[in-house]
Amino acid sequence: MIVFQKPKALADCELHYCPGCTHGIIHRLVAECIDELGVEGRTVGVAPVGCSVFAYNYFNCDMVEAAHGRAPAVATGLKRAYPDNIVFTYQGDGDLAAIGTAETVHSAARGENITVIFVNNAIYGMTGGQMAPTTMPGQVTQTSPYGRDTSAVGWPVRVCEMLSQVDGAAYLERVAVNSVQHVRAAKKAIKKAFTYQTEGKGFSLVEVLSICPTNWGMTPQKALEWVDTNMIPYYPLGVYKDKYAQEAAK
Amino acid sequence: MSMNILIAGFGGQGVLFAGKVLAYGGMLEGKEVSWLPSYGPEMRGGTANCNIILSDTPIGSPIVNEPDVLLAMNLPSLDKFESACVPGAKVFVDSSLIERKVARTDVQAFYVPATRMASEMGMDGLANMILVGRMLRECPALPRERWEEILQKVVSARKQNLLALNLKAMETGWNYEG
Amino acid sequence: MAEKVLMKGNEALAEAAIAAGCRHYFGYPITPQTEVAAYFAKRMPKIGGTFLQAESEIAAINMVLGVAAAGLRAMTSSSSPGISLKGEGISYIAGSDLPCLIVNVERGGPGLGGIQPSQSDYFQATRGGGHGDYHCLVLAPGSVQEMADFAFHGFELADRYRMPVMLLADGTLGQMMEPVSLDYGEPVTVEKPWATNGTRMQRKHNICNSLFLQPEELERENIRRYQRYEEIKKNEARAVSYEMDDAEICIVAFGIASRVALNAMHAARAQGKKVGLIRPTTVWPFPSQALAEAAQRCKAFVCVELSMGQMIEDVELSIRCKRPVVLCNRVGGVIPSPQEVLAAIEKAEKLGGETL
Repeated sequence: MIVFQKPKALADCELHYCPGCTHGIIHRLVAECIDELGVEGRTVGVAPVGCSVFAYNYFNCDMVEAAHGRAPAVATGLKRAYPDNIVFTYQGDGDLAAIGTAETVHSAARGENITVIFVNNAIYGMTGGQMAPTTMPGQVTQTSPYGRDTSAVGWPVRVCEMLSQVDGAAYLERVAVNSVQHVRAAKKAIKKAFTYQTEGKGFSLVEVLSICPTNWGMTPQKALEWVDTNMIPYYPLGVYKDKYAQEAAK
Repeated sequence: MSMNILIAGFGGQGVLFAGKVLAYGGMLEGKEVSWLPSYGPEMRGGTANCNIILSDTPIGSPIVNEPDVLLAMNLPSLDKFESACVPGAKVFVDSSLIERKVARTDVQAFYVPATRMASEMGMDGLANMILVGRMLRECPALPRERWEEILQKVVSARKQNLLALNLKAMETGWNYEG
Repeated sequence: MAEKVLMKGNEALAEAAIAAGCRHYFGYPITPQTEVAAYFAKRMPKIGGTFLQAESEIAAINMVLGVAAAGLRAMTSSSSPGISLKGEGISYIAGSDLPCLIVNVERGGPGLGGIQPSQSDYFQATRGGGHGDYHCLVLAPGSVQEMADFAFHGFELADRYRMPVMLLADGTLGQMMEPVSLDYGEPVTVEKPWATNGTRMQRKHNICNSLFLQPEELERENIRRYQRYEEIKKNEARAVSYEMDDAEICIVAFGIASRVALNAMHAARAQGKKVGLIRPTTVWPFPSQALAEAAQRCKAFVCVELSMGQMIEDVELSIRCKRPVVLCNRVGGVIPSPQEVLAAIEKAEKLGGETL
């Protein structure tokens, strides 16, 4: 008999996310992976600043709340202190790809043996829907009220593509959680990222295309569709780097 | 009693090392010592100087504003620090690099062609230690029989082969008449 | 006693940190403290420690936060402009009640300023420096030996009070060499049941955090922290006094300024002037009590510092402005000469005579 229940690594409390938000799914996937690998007791997570700031309450492993963008640096400290611990960060697009770009790129360059869960929903959610580094061209936000004008504010940052050029990165994959099929693929990617860390393989990052019905001004259903029609064409899903698969193929 | 020493020259002349020998020697002699270098971009190809104090009592400021002993290894250094010396100070000049004489009459000047001597003896780069040797004859702060022990402390383990050369340079300076 | 060795302040403090059990150093090159990083770069690999040159000061302080959260001793060092960058992380460390050691080998400011010695980060160091209500416990060494000793004991203080400890030095103390003894023995350590180093499925998860969205809760956190600060003010304020028994003029100076002041004090004594010196070795907490007591007997004060006049405010506060305080200062990397301090002493004598 299969009984639906919360993963053990996920705390038994109510999440604060907006209705329809996919953070809950991503939390669950991370927790399932921690359960399946049996590493909860030696896992330490780092929460970001942004919508998922309270992630520190939602996981049953030890958690640290970092300053905006600094999660990979904090994770570096946690990992260097106890290299056998499993250390992951959970960061949004503003946190990881704007204010924390340097920390992201350099923890990847160092091949820091940590796992980064990067939630890209193309907008700053917690502060009320401002333009993010990953906001789509033409996308309307509070700080791009006439649509993101690339001639004035430039183009979105494609994190997986960028980091694929960094030698230190071991595994980079972009996934989505807007359909059952995508969720299953996302789970596989997150599991692989954590597994790589347990094997000491180095820096892994899984970019998860997520939705923000509230700030996108759409119903959740419409938002899930918008990922397919607008985001995936710009942010193609797939593996951007798998150092070990590449080496194995040689 | 305290001796306030200022060594000045170009970066690369071994100004800081010479200071280190004096400071370490002072320490081994049971004196209070301090060693303060100039630092920053001026070190790279510019002028470098080093303040050393050897004292029988605890040292206050490590800064030598008014040297009792000046080792000038280039002209800018003599120009800059001659006027700062206390009356009666001993001024040691590398006369192979500094053509002019010490202008002040209330200080004692000693001229040693240290750079030329070092070069002639195949000890390029040890003019600093020749000057130190000459200085130690006039200012007997460190007994000669302990020089080797002092150098052992200061010369890094990797460069122990240079120890004998440094000692020779100091002795050459000590024996120099002029 | 261990044999004394001649070391730079920057190197001595690094070796003392190792003696204190610090095995994690994160830094970024900046003059005049780069020897600290260079020293750790050499030593840490040999003793199984971590030396990491971070991509920025900001990253370095957050790496320190990570190690501190995991419950181990960690430190970073920098000089003034770099400390400004660390301000954010220091505030988070204080807000998360984490212990660590931060070294500031000060240089002249503001902005890129210069590279020569300064004490113009006094306000930044003693008032917190980052955002929010918090303090670092700030130690002010006056010699190479104290650079080492304060680094060693700084870790102990940080652990005991669960807060960042700052070693406030300057370019001179960092660069100069003096004989130093590093014979410390075993460091004192404390249990850290709060550390986020993995539950091992033996306890509820620990959370290291400075976020409290409920105003009352955040207020409670602040008040609780300030109660601890009161304890620290009571227990940890330190100063060294020189010739204060009969002093009529009291010089107040720390760090390199106190070394110059000591020369001036001896010179003044040689002239028959009754001059003493109080040298704060903690500048937060400030040794107010020692100064208040001095104000009972002394006619006037001379504050010697390498800033436009920052510590002088603490001096005046400590003595409740009962006596005149003459500022003797140089800035930009210039260090006042003993003669300048002597001139300030003369000025203080006149002012003191007028008020009594």
